[in-house]
Formats: sequence, C-alpha cells, structure tokens
Amino acid sequence: MTEAVNQPDQPETLVGGEKDLFSKFDSLIQMRTDLLSTGVTDPFGMVMERVVSPTVAICNGRETILLGTYNYMGMTFDPDVIAAGKQALDDFGSGTTGSRVLNGTYAGHKAVEQALCDFYAMDHAMVFSTGYQANLGIISTIAGKGDYIILDIDSHASIWDGCKMGDAEVVPFKHNDIEAMEKRLRRIPEGAGKLVILEGVYSMMGDIAPLKEMIAVAKKYGAMVLVDEAHSMGFIGPNGRGVAEDQGCLDDVDFVIGTFSKSVGTVGGFCVSNHPKFEIMRLVCRPYVFTASLPPSVVATAATSIRKLMDGKAKREHLWENSKVLHKGLTDAGFQLGTESPQSAIIAVIMPDLERGAAMWEALLHEGLYVNLARPPATPANMTLLRCSLCAEHSAEQVQQIIGMFTRAGKAVGILG
Amino acid sequence: MDREETSARIAALIEPFNKKGVAVTDATRFTDDLEFDSLTVMDFVAAIEDEFDIIISMNAQAEIENYGQLVDAVVKLQG
Repeated sequence: MTEAVNQPDQPETLVGGEKDLFSKFDSLIQMRTDLLSTGVTDPFGMVMERVVSPTVAICNGRETILLGTYNYMGMTFDPDVIAAGKQALDDFGSGTTGSRVLNGTYAGHKAVEQALCDFYAMDHAMVFSTGYQANLGIISTIAGKGDYIILDIDSHASIWDGCKMGDAEVVPFKHNDIEAMEKRLRRIPEGAGKLVILEGVYSMMGDIAPLKEMIAVAKKYGAMVLVDEAHSMGFIGPNGRGVAEDQGCLDDVDFVIGTFSKSVGTVGGFCVSNHPKFEIMRLVCRPYVFTASLPPSVVATAATSIRKLMDGKAKREHLWENSKVLHKGLTDAGFQLGTESPQSAIIAVIMPDLERGAAMWEALLHEGLYVNLARPPATPANMTLLRCSLCAEHSAEQVQQIIGMFTRAGKAVGILG
Repeated sequence: MDREETSARIAALIEPFNKKGVAVTDATRFTDDLEFDSLTVMDFVAAIEDEFDIIISMNAQAEIENYGQLVDAVVKLQG
C-alpha cells in the first residue's frame, strides 16, 4: 500500500515560492517586513499594560499620554458609567447568549434605545453589536437590487462593506464635491430608489462635510440620506447630535448611524430614524438578527453615558479649546496638517512617507505620546498620517506637553527643520 | 454613437492618465498595463461619465478589465 492511499485527505505540502491562497498578501507581507527590518517598533502591535485614565496609559512600561483613542468625551472612567456597568453585571449576568430577536433583548437594551431616542429627539433607535455592523446592516438592507447608492469616495470601510454586501448599484463621487454628487444623482434612471451616504466628520483627515448643501441636493433628487456621525456624536452640535445638527439639517437626515465606541466610551453601534416603517428593520436586517446582542453591562454603561452626554456643554467647550490649541501649536511648529482650521476633535499630521511616519510614531512613543499611524490603503491619496484624536479630559497642560513632544520628535526624525 | 466614435473619444480622455505613453489597444488592461491605482480610476471614470453623461457604477466597473471592455460598456450604457 502506498503512502498516498493511507493519507487521502492530507493536503499537498507547498514548498517555498509556490502559489497558495496567501500569495495575494505577499506584497503587504514584504512591505511590513521591510518596515520592521529598519528596527522600528511595530506600530500595529502595541499593548497597553495598564490604563490609568481616559488620557493616560502605561505602554511598554512607560507612562503615555493617549492621543489616538477616539475617547472624545472621556467617559470610559466616569464613576456613574462604571457603577451602572457593575450593577448590570450583578443583576443580569455577563452576557445574553442570544440574538436581539430571540432571547437577547433585556430591559437594558430597550433602555439604551430609549436613551438614543431622547438624545437625538427621534422616534426610533436600533442598537447593533458594533458600529461596523450598524453600517453593514442598514446599508445592505435598505438599498436593494435596482436601487442606487451614491457615496463619498472617502467613506469608512464599514460603509463600503455594507455596499458590497447589498445588491444596489454603487456610485462613488469625489470627496465632499457637491457638483460631482449632483451630476451622478441626475444621471440615475427615473424611478430607481436612491440612497446618499455621507459622514459628518471624515476620520482620516478630521474634516467635516458641507452636509446642509449636500443634503439639500440629495432631497432635490428624491434621495434618502444616511449620515454616519460616529466621530461627531457627543461633541459637535448644540446638543452633541453631530454635524447635521450643527448645520441645522438634522431633520432632513433619514438615518443617523453612530457608535458607542467613541464619545460614549464602550462598544456597540446604532441607527436612529424617524421613518414610520423603521421597526421592520429588526426582522429583515441580517447583521442585527444573526448575531448575539451586547452584554447587559455594555448597554447599561452606554445608556448612562448617553444620558450624561446630553449635559456635556462644558466638556464640549473644553474639547473645542483643546482642538484649537493643538491645531495652532502644530501649525506654528511647522507641521503640515490635514485641515487648514480645526474642524473636529481629530487632527491629522501629514507625514512625508511611511518610513519617516513610522519613525516619527516611534519617536513620539519614546516621548510618552500615543497617536494612530494611518497608512495606505486606509488613507486618502495614499498618504501616511499621524492621526491625533483629542479628549475633553486632556488638560490644557497636557496639550502643551503634546506640542512639545511633537516638536522634539519632529526635529529628531528630521521632519522639522 | 457607434463603437468607433466612442472609442476615439475615450482614447482622447485616456491621454492625460496614460503617463507612460503605453500604446492602447482593446486588450490593454487598466491595472496591469496602464498601472492605474484606485484614485486614477476614480478620476478617469468621472471623466468618461461626464463626457458621455452616463453612470458607470462600481458594479459595472468590476466587470471591466481592459480598454475594449470599457468601450463596449460605454456603447451599451449610452443605449
């Protein structure tokens, strides 16, 4: 008997250089190997050993200021939020072990949806297990075969994946280009359903969208409008409802998508809407139905945090101040930023290339500052960015410290003259 | 508009994007031969859409790999 007959199912061993399913990742593996061979710390492998507060953690044994966590309103260590989570763990256990439409809806899930309705002053709220799933679920479900999705080319991955999962025709337009959007809306065949997808704040460059003008154009062509306000909730707008509220056009938004993993300070995603038929989504939206619901402690912390964010005016003002000071400080130091003026709590510092971006990222880490290194293909125009996200809990002193760290690191790496 | 005229107009539009001056035939591939990246594709598609007043959705773009397929698609989209 030959060996081959003894082991009929054993896959053939591939020897070096032969193609297999992983061959498509070869160029990325090479890029990563080249980068790490320069001796730089892996920017995508950092571990926070201890988290001291919303703005400070211990990384590699060193106290580090956190400037890349999207923890805009600093709710992660709020005593009321933590108490609500602990109480829910005691009262409802560690998890629901079920879908929202079966055994996974507890009192806490209804309470957090009510908190969202109150926060946005809207009729319906639907909570998903992550923000990614909220976009995936809503977009793929409402735009079907024969419908058209018109979206900004710089949309977040979760929006693109929602488009890919659905059957609609997908038509992108140039970032924030109102005329390009209108041209595409005008060309859509008569009678086809239309969904325009925009974001309030675009997270790579930290710029905002001219939502008022864009939504007016979308409505002129009879399109429904979905706005992802993940990076503006809690911070932008008189009540923290986002860029659409700030520009006075929230009433014309059909669907607001948001997340609990930024200003709210935990994890989860949602859609709020005034559409009279919205509740049917709970039965037809697969990323809502076919996954387990959020743990009771998570929805309890989220509900408490959302209600506290309604009264966050003083924190919002301090966060704006932080954003303005950091933007001016980095501009004066000689850095090139993603926006000419501060538009959100994100400030993107443009690096000349990936190699020097990674070196700068590491130099900042040695200074005791953590920021996000964003690299192609996730970035617009294949740029390498050091993305800073400010927190309402950053003190004025910390912001000055940050500017000093950037200046020293920039000179050490040779980005600043 | 017939295929020949459509092809001539697309050929004119492709010029500024054809940085290496590759000789374009129906078999010329956008990614492999012309080395278009995603940003170039967006600008090039927008130029064609404006020229012919059509929409080439991402779904349609996914089926187009070479120049000949693009000309065929534009002829068809003009109805």
